[in-house]
Amino acid sequence: MSLLRQSRNILSNLRAKSLAKRLMHFKFEPDNPPTNLGPTENMNYLKALTNAMDISLENDPTAIIFGEDVAFGGVFRCTVGLREKYGNDRVFNTPLCEQGIVGFGIGAAVAGSTAIAEIQFADYILPAFDQIVNEAAKYRYRSGGLFECGKLTIRTPCGAVGHGALYHSQTPEAYFAHSTGLKVVIPRSPIQAKGLLLACIRDDNPCIFLEPKILYRAAEEEVPVGDYTLPLSQAEVLREGSDVTLIGYGTQIHVLKEVAELAAKDGISCEVIDLVTILPWDADTVCTSVSKTGRCVITHESPVTGGFAGEVAATIQKECFLNLEAPVERVCGYDTPFPHVLEPFFMPDKWRCLQAVKNVVNY
Amino acid sequence: MSYNATAKFLQRVLCKQPLGVRTYSVEATFPIKPIDTHKLENTPATEVQINKDDAISYYTKMQIIRRMELKADQLYKQKIIRGFCHLYDGQEACCAGIEASLTPKDDVITAYRAHGWAYIRGVPVCNILAELFGRKLGCAKGKGGSMHMYSKNFYGGNGIVGAQVPLGAGIAFAHKYRNSDTVTVACYGDGAANQGQIFESFNMSQLWKLPAIFVCENNRYGMGTSVERASASTDYFTRGDYIPGLRVDGMDVLAVREATRFAKEHAVKEGPILMELVTYRYHGHSMSDPGTSYRTRDEVKEIRQNLDPIMNFREKIISAGFVTKQDVATIDAEVKQHVENETAKALASTEPDFDQIACDIYVTDTPLSIRSCNIYNQLHHQPSV
Repeated sequence: MSLLRQSRNILSNLRAKSLAKRLMHFKFEPDNPPTNLGPTENMNYLKALTNAMDISLENDPTAIIFGEDVAFGGVFRCTVGLREKYGNDRVFNTPLCEQGIVGFGIGAAVAGSTAIAEIQFADYILPAFDQIVNEAAKYRYRSGGLFECGKLTIRTPCGAVGHGALYHSQTPEAYFAHSTGLKVVIPRSPIQAKGLLLACIRDDNPCIFLEPKILYRAAEEEVPVGDYTLPLSQAEVLREGSDVTLIGYGTQIHVLKEVAELAAKDGISCEVIDLVTILPWDADTVCTSVSKTGRCVITHESPVTGGFAGEVAATIQKECFLNLEAPVERVCGYDTPFPHVLEPFFMPDKWRCLQAVKNVVNY
Repeated sequence: MSYNATAKFLQRVLCKQPLGVRTYSVEATFPIKPIDTHKLENTPATEVQINKDDAISYYTKMQIIRRMELKADQLYKQKIIRGFCHLYDGQEACCAGIEASLTPKDDVITAYRAHGWAYIRGVPVCNILAELFGRKLGCAKGKGGSMHMYSKNFYGGNGIVGAQVPLGAGIAFAHKYRNSDTVTVACYGDGAANQGQIFESFNMSQLWKLPAIFVCENNRYGMGTSVERASASTDYFTRGDYIPGLRVDGMDVLAVREATRFAKEHAVKEGPILMELVTYRYHGHSMSDPGTSYRTRDEVKEIRQNLDPIMNFREKIISAGFVTKQDVATIDAEVKQHVENETAKALASTEPDFDQIACDIYVTDTPLSIRSCNIYNQLHHQPSV
């Protein structure tokens, strides 16, 4: 029975198109490698992460990596080769207990170890929510600076992959954005991933490092092989423009880059900003840009209500009120759990973002 | 199949050709492997009786589950099923055996390896397959997928490891509250046995003497981690500590049935009990896992050849004289055809309508808007259809 004969609605027709095209709602374009960081090598996102952890374990004898299945290389192959190189006592598996993993990580960090914990999917970080929000984030504050777990970094794959459904697609940045004491970082590319992971590991605050899993193999760049870090809490202007500011992070940046290209065809000049760090976020760069352009579209995969775009929008309207030509637009996921087969409707794809751009321009 | 449909199907099978049995047996007795106990004075029986109708029923149901899972495997490889798919083949005796000692009024809750359980609790094969495809005919309207299948007295179908066990304790509380002589079976795996919430559930159940049977389906691997590498103690049936436990051969449907009978009696009278079923899964953890990087192909082959629950049960019922080899072949062919028919039905169904995205979020009397991608396009929350 041919598939086309059975199908009567559009979704079924979409299946006839190539799976790759349907799966990826964005196009990854590699950045040019920085020229001042020495020789580079072609690496994808996950190899960049492995490289960063390799450097970290090499230079810091107290660094340890632990999590579910990390010893053999991890379910996404982010820790391949590290156990062989550094031994079982530095790269080891934990049982299936997220709350235990994070709690254990906090303890190891406060006792002086550079603890790099992996939570297998960001959707599973919720059993550990209490440990992260109540224990890790507040340790320094409640002890008046006597104790802190700044050496803890929690890495976790997040984001939509096309078929993840409810529990393999979430990006929980909004829940953690609400807990000061933490740093929340989400890199968009391999060069960013390596530099930011090294920065997080070395940062003296507990960090949550969200890795958009769809980029693990889809994103390949020439990544500097040496040791380098990228600054946290600094948003990056990826494309200069004068009409609209587009703000996003993670995978969504690649959607925005394409939106900017599409908008340019209609004569709209877009400025694209990657927030990079969600908490503490760089309000200055964002507000400077929006004051210049007067229009803003913020986008993320997570649901719109209570999503981080609200925080950005509120700040923008306060700081840039007199410069705004149109209300700040948010293009985010639906206020529903992450759907199973209806995912393409849920995602804030390039067409929806482009529509938002046109809305603000034509306001 | 629903219970009625199963009855009809079995009737057809039983009454089809004269079941040319040389000896006309209706009952047989089989020994079962000794069941290890923890903090129990009485023990389950070492011999079980079974009648012909039940035997054929268990065999047929296990075979349907096996065929259904293999079909799911095939369809996954054809990319008709996508996403996460955790198959139950090899573990059929667990759900079939437990169900054999339960009534439709007992409740069951399990984790994500739920297809076999969904079937045994009454969800027709076409609804299970349609749910895997993400179609309207699915038992969760296509909105849940592989890990989220539900039915009356079957609470799913849960994605987060271990999270279903406290729910099981809560459901058991409801049974106790209503003074019914029914129990709740809360299943989890050897990987989940290390989650904190499992122990929280044990404590609450024992404290309040809830009629709960905690079942640890120990298939020896938590994803890719063998039990020795994950657990300080692999005697899962003792890890309830103050809760009595049983360790049962999960590849023998009769042993599981007997243990469940015993456990249910205990749960209704005394309180919670833990049952570890030592079983095996032939597939990897999910369809993304070949299942051979952490265990040898020889190991899988050996278990398939020596310990396969369906094969061993088939030998038993033939040796008991309930059926002949020919009858079994007939049943197998019927099962195969049944699964094919159900697959066709499921494939014919279409994906859920777009409205479904804003349906089943809340219960509300007043109209509720659901914000969508662009906050100007509001959807209206739909009542459940």
